[in-house]
Amino acid sequence: MKSLSEIETTSKRASRAVGFSWGIAEEIAKGVRLLELFGFPGIKILNQYYKLINKKNFENLSVIKKNNKLNKQSICPINLGVRILDQVTTIEKLKKITFYKIAFPILLLPFLSRSSDIIGKKILLKFEKNTFLLNFNVNISTNLSVKKFPVLAKKVEITFLENKDNFTEKEWKALYKLSENTFVEETESLKQGAAGAGLTDND
Amino acid sequence: MNVSLRDPNLIMKLSRLGSFHQSRLSFLRSFLSEFKDWEYKRDLFDLDKKGHGTAVYSFTKKKRVYSLVCFANKIDDDERSDRVIATKWDAAFTLHDGIPLKKDIDRLKNEVPKQEVGRLSYKELTLSRANKSVRIFDHVVDSLSKGKQPNLDILEKVGYLYRTTAVYGSGKFGLADRFRIKNRDEINGPFRLEMMLVYLVRQFTFDQVNHVAKNRNPKLAVKLDPKICKNLGIGNSTGLGMAPFIVNHPTLLNNWILCRETALKKIRELKIIDIKDSDLFKECVRNSIKNITSWNTESEYQIKKIKFLLRDIRKFIDFLENEFNFQKNYPFNSLYLWLEKETCEECVEYIVSLMMEPFGEIINPLVKEMSSDEEKYFNIPTNRTIEDLIGILEKKYSNILKIDFDKKENYKKFWFISKNKEEPRLADRFEESGSDLEQPLAIARDIKRLYKKTLLAKKSLKIGKFLINNSDLRHVVRRAFVIEKFPYSEIQDNTISENIVPIDMLRLKLSFFGALKFDPRSDKWLRICMFQGAPLPGELKDFDEQWVYKS
Repeated sequence: MKSLSEIETTSKRASRAVGFSWGIAEEIAKGVRLLELFGFPGIKILNQYYKLINKKNFENLSVIKKNNKLNKQSICPINLGVRILDQVTTIEKLKKITFYKIAFPILLLPFLSRSSDIIGKKILLKFEKNTFLLNFNVNISTNLSVKKFPVLAKKVEITFLENKDNFTEKEWKALYKLSENTFVEETESLKQGAAGAGLTDND
Repeated sequence: MNVSLRDPNLIMKLSRLGSFHQSRLSFLRSFLSEFKDWEYKRDLFDLDKKGHGTAVYSFTKKKRVYSLVCFANKIDDDERSDRVIATKWDAAFTLHDGIPLKKDIDRLKNEVPKQEVGRLSYKELTLSRANKSVRIFDHVVDSLSKGKQPNLDILEKVGYLYRTTAVYGSGKFGLADRFRIKNRDEINGPFRLEMMLVYLVRQFTFDQVNHVAKNRNPKLAVKLDPKICKNLGIGNSTGLGMAPFIVNHPTLLNNWILCRETALKKIRELKIIDIKDSDLFKECVRNSIKNITSWNTESEYQIKKIKFLLRDIRKFIDFLENEFNFQKNYPFNSLYLWLEKETCEECVEYIVSLMMEPFGEIINPLVKEMSSDEEKYFNIPTNRTIEDLIGILEKKYSNILKIDFDKKENYKKFWFISKNKEEPRLADRFEESGSDLEQPLAIARDIKRLYKKTLLAKKSLKIGKFLINNSDLRHVVRRAFVIEKFPYSEIQDNTISENIVPIDMLRLKLSFFGALKFDPRSDKWLRICMFQGAPLPGELKDFDEQWVYKS
């Protein structure tokens, strides 16, 4: 078994070798490490992408808008990932952004995962029938089978989710009521003595 | 009195970093303190008459066990080499997490002796190999087998029976990643498991030499006197492999240096010094002379350094004993200021290390601050502005910005990774090919490039936007925002200049390991000694903290 340290070092060197700057190579390496840690085939997908990277043109995106439709080529997931990471505090205000034709979309995941941590919000990634929930760089949940990682996402939606509860107020109250069963009903004597200040704590 | 931390522009110069010496903060000393109440055991010692076979040593506390698994092999004299190109060694070692089962030992027997081309698992923590100092080992076997102790003069010249040539950890060759074990209290200090490996290897060398002598002459042989054992350490040959580490781990480097600087600051701020503490300091200074006079090297460079060090320490002792009064307020501050004025930088740093000896209450809490959670500082704060970045560069890299990188001598060298051994190397970019594959270790040059680019950009521009067209500078933008928070994270010097002395980078790291007797064999590799004078495993429960100065 390869250690995460080996995965990171080799990914960094390979990324530099295909032409990325050292600084971007560092970002990619952290990303592949994260994918492998979370159980995604980072090394496999990166290899697939690097086999094509010098044979086929991929689009680079500079500024991210609400709707991003480029020319004929598909978008480089690494360039896009770095742009999102670098501009996430601005683009989160767009709430939802759309891209068309992103190559090897799995490679975008670690950048979104880290972005989620930076802005303190969960991020939802959707393309075709696949969804990924990026949870503050703690984990990534998906409905996608680990065996079927697409090489192209035709239409991609990224949504910055507002911080809100996953449950109803009714569900919360029901659980809270149960938790109250661990509390002790205070008698007059406990009210006087158990907190230390008596009934008056004004001075 | 409030003493300022020393200026990184002074301390982080390579010549100063290359003058650092071991101290109470050093990792091998903090390892001994941490593991002194662990149970030490030799679990297996299955060697043949020549000393070849398998041995296992362990440290245990409650349910936690660390086991050193040793494989001693037969190699021919012409196969023995300290260079990284070697493929065979007298012995190979791994530190196993827990008690190794027979199937683990069988697996490790196939992999550990292969070192870099073998594969370890997440159950192994560190990996190393070592070669005998054949002359010393044979002399000791010869003497012991005849019922005599070895000649101390011969031993003193070398100081060890075996010399390691690499100690690997943190995920190399399949070893456990740091994240798997980082929450264990006992290893909350850098390189603690590497230190454990070296320490247990030292004991193995004593056991092996006794075993071979006994088998050579069962009736007459005696055991190596424990006092002699104690004065033997483990050698280490170290090359450029270590140099990039201190560039690639900026927050870790900061924490090591910051702890040292904080210790010095606190000691200088002590108003009154107890007489027992000043006596201990003086005793350590006097005793330490022996460490210097027994420091053997053939390197002209090091001989000169030792000569000046010895001259200045004698001058310091004279001042300390005949002129200085410890009854004055803030005596260590006065001593420090005197040192900076009157002695060479090697002597200043040597005495700074010694100043820490009496003050365990200052040093011990700092030992716990020497690790770093590097991931936390990886993200670039891209919503900051170019104006912020210029401010950081001008404030934190002022000396580096003065270097003229249009002059050939200032960018003559380049760092690369050798294809043959995957090890870092340094070469002349005007004479050798390969500079197009340069490693990102020319931080000073790239910081200067970044600075020039920032001056052309709009001050209100966000870093995220700046990076769109300056991706080649991303690695140094990241570093600039690291140094903003971590003042000692960067070497304030030019690592590609014509005059770079790479062993200064190695010495810095080795001083934090706790190495003694730096012996440069060229400007790119050196030999050192570790644990010389250290308590033996059976003495750990109650040992003298100042053992370094009593060997």
